[in-house]
Amino acid sequence: MPDARILVLGYGNPGRRDDGLGPAAAEAIEALSLRGVRTSANYQLMIEDAYDVAESDVVIFIDASKSGTEPYSIWPVQPATNLSAFASHVVAPELVLGLSGSVYGHVPRASLIGIRGYAFDFEEGLSARAQANLSSALVHIRNVMIGRRKVIESSESGAPR
Amino acid sequence: MIETRKIVIDPVTRIEGHGKVTIRLNEDGSVAETRFHVVEFRGFERFIRGRPYWEVAMIVQRLCGICPVSHHLCAAKAMDKIAGVDRLTVTADKVRRIMHYGQVLQSNAVHFFHLASPDLLFGFEGPAEKRSFVGTIENYPEVAKWAIFVRKFGQSVIKAVGGKKIHPSLAIPGGVNKNLSIAERDVLRGEVDRVVAWCGDALELCKRLIHEDAVRLEDFGTIESSYVSVVRADGAIDVYDGGRRAIGPNGAKIFDGVTPEMYDDVIGDEVRSWSYMKFPYIRSLGKEQGWFRVGPLAQVNCCDFIDTPQAENARLDFKRPGDGNPIHATLYQHWARVICMLHAAEKVKELLYDDDLQGDELTISGERRPEGAAWIEAPRGMLYHRYRVDEDDLVTNAKLAVATTNNNEAINRSVKKVAIDYLTGHEITDVLLNNIEVAVRAYDPCLSCATHALGDMPLLVMLEASDGTTIATRARA
Repeated sequence: MPDARILVLGYGNPGRRDDGLGPAAAEAIEALSLRGVRTSANYQLMIEDAYDVAESDVVIFIDASKSGTEPYSIWPVQPATNLSAFASHVVAPELVLGLSGSVYGHVPRASLIGIRGYAFDFEEGLSARAQANLSSALVHIRNVMIGRRKVIESSESGAPR
Repeated sequence: MIETRKIVIDPVTRIEGHGKVTIRLNEDGSVAETRFHVVEFRGFERFIRGRPYWEVAMIVQRLCGICPVSHHLCAAKAMDKIAGVDRLTVTADKVRRIMHYGQVLQSNAVHFFHLASPDLLFGFEGPAEKRSFVGTIENYPEVAKWAIFVRKFGQSVIKAVGGKKIHPSLAIPGGVNKNLSIAERDVLRGEVDRVVAWCGDALELCKRLIHEDAVRLEDFGTIESSYVSVVRADGAIDVYDGGRRAIGPNGAKIFDGVTPEMYDDVIGDEVRSWSYMKFPYIRSLGKEQGWFRVGPLAQVNCCDFIDTPQAENARLDFKRPGDGNPIHATLYQHWARVICMLHAAEKVKELLYDDDLQGDELTISGERRPEGAAWIEAPRGMLYHRYRVDEDDLVTNAKLAVATTNNNEAINRSVKKVAIDYLTGHEITDVLLNNIEVAVRAYDPCLSCATHALGDMPLLVMLEASDGTTIATRARA
């Protein structure tokens, strides 16, 4: 049985300290060079991410979370049915998943990992606490990658904001 | 004394950044004046001061999340001169070029597919909820596929040479820090034919939509203007490097072969109290007559030919109605933009089959100079950077003239034309509101770059009397 095609989309602004948790996580996962795993680190989700999403079996969105569970939280992501939430500067995971279904006819399983951050001022570099949370999240994500854990283990609904 | 009244529309939607439009009326209700206000302020020219010159190409791309590559490369070209380098190695030149063609491709794709095409596909008077890219996805799924993939491919080109899709790192004074690997090249080669084909399909779609409503579109917001663009020495379109050419409304050359060092000799800036954006003009024509347009329409009007086959055929087709004269239709900027998008796709393909991209000579050095100036044709038109550096290698002065600033007067004039044609009475109708937005959007203004305000304002429409009292207010969230 072929490996599942896994896509990791880490997003946020590294120039706003802990908002860079998503890209930092994606870059750390890319460094693992895991078979069947593709990564993307960007400032925000983009419409064209729908193309890569449509070519995946599992998608893990990773964002910084300003509040909520430490060190990280996991939510299932369902495709948006109302695509009018689109704006060129704000694209939500649900919308990318919805676009994948609408344009390409495929909606993979998806989860959103919100890594708890604390400092969001105009500076580069993660806070020490955020860095520790990132390390914990990476252990979980790596276990997902190698099949030791289920993609979605939380029954919470909604998404970190 | 003639009493005047003022209508304010704020901000314009589906442009990059925020803008505000004021229409001043005479007492009889006719349009006296229009103003396209810019309320953002960035201040890059100031906070670059004191930074080492080799950092600037990385810093200035933070000006914009849409065309960071253009700022990155324009600053690097200026810093080449400060580093004493007038000619890069062949590999460095071509690696920078393919990055810029990737930028032009993705940015023009965003504008045509995401921002402009819904107006053409669904009509200016179409319902707002439908007249958007979401409407395109739901009603024209094949076009949505083109949009997503062409943009994604352009971003992939940028990432391949710059490491990241947004705010990449490639150019350094005197060259580049990497070439394009064979593995990266082969991935892009596998996708480029589809991109060229879909850009060609987009061109046919654009032409069909324009021809179906040609009578209205040719006149909509149309103004006769001069044009300024960078042109290669042999007259070919060249968005990366060349001499500056200006042509008048009848196509006659005003100047040609101008170098970046001559910028202040040929282009002046007028400051007006009501706008953060300056008003550039061709000095030899003066402030009143010297305004001009830049961007895809200027790029196609100014060049003698395009050096890629499909785009050249498209240029000949585009210019045929003018019988050799410039095309002035404001909304034909979309058509010109798709020609430039197709050209960029063809150039990317050409470069992907050029072994120079895998060369090892990446940098060259020279004797330090105190000043460097450069320009590039960003997707929205002429972008100019000039820097002065002290003996400690720190920037002491910077000037950035961006494309949207160059189109400032033209945007105001197109808005006035639309206001004259569509304003009746003192009511700001949906039709008027939509049409003003369509006229502004034709220039693809990127306001975060174009000003030197922070803010995120709601849509607000105001009718004011000449004494400043508000006659009516209308807000659209």
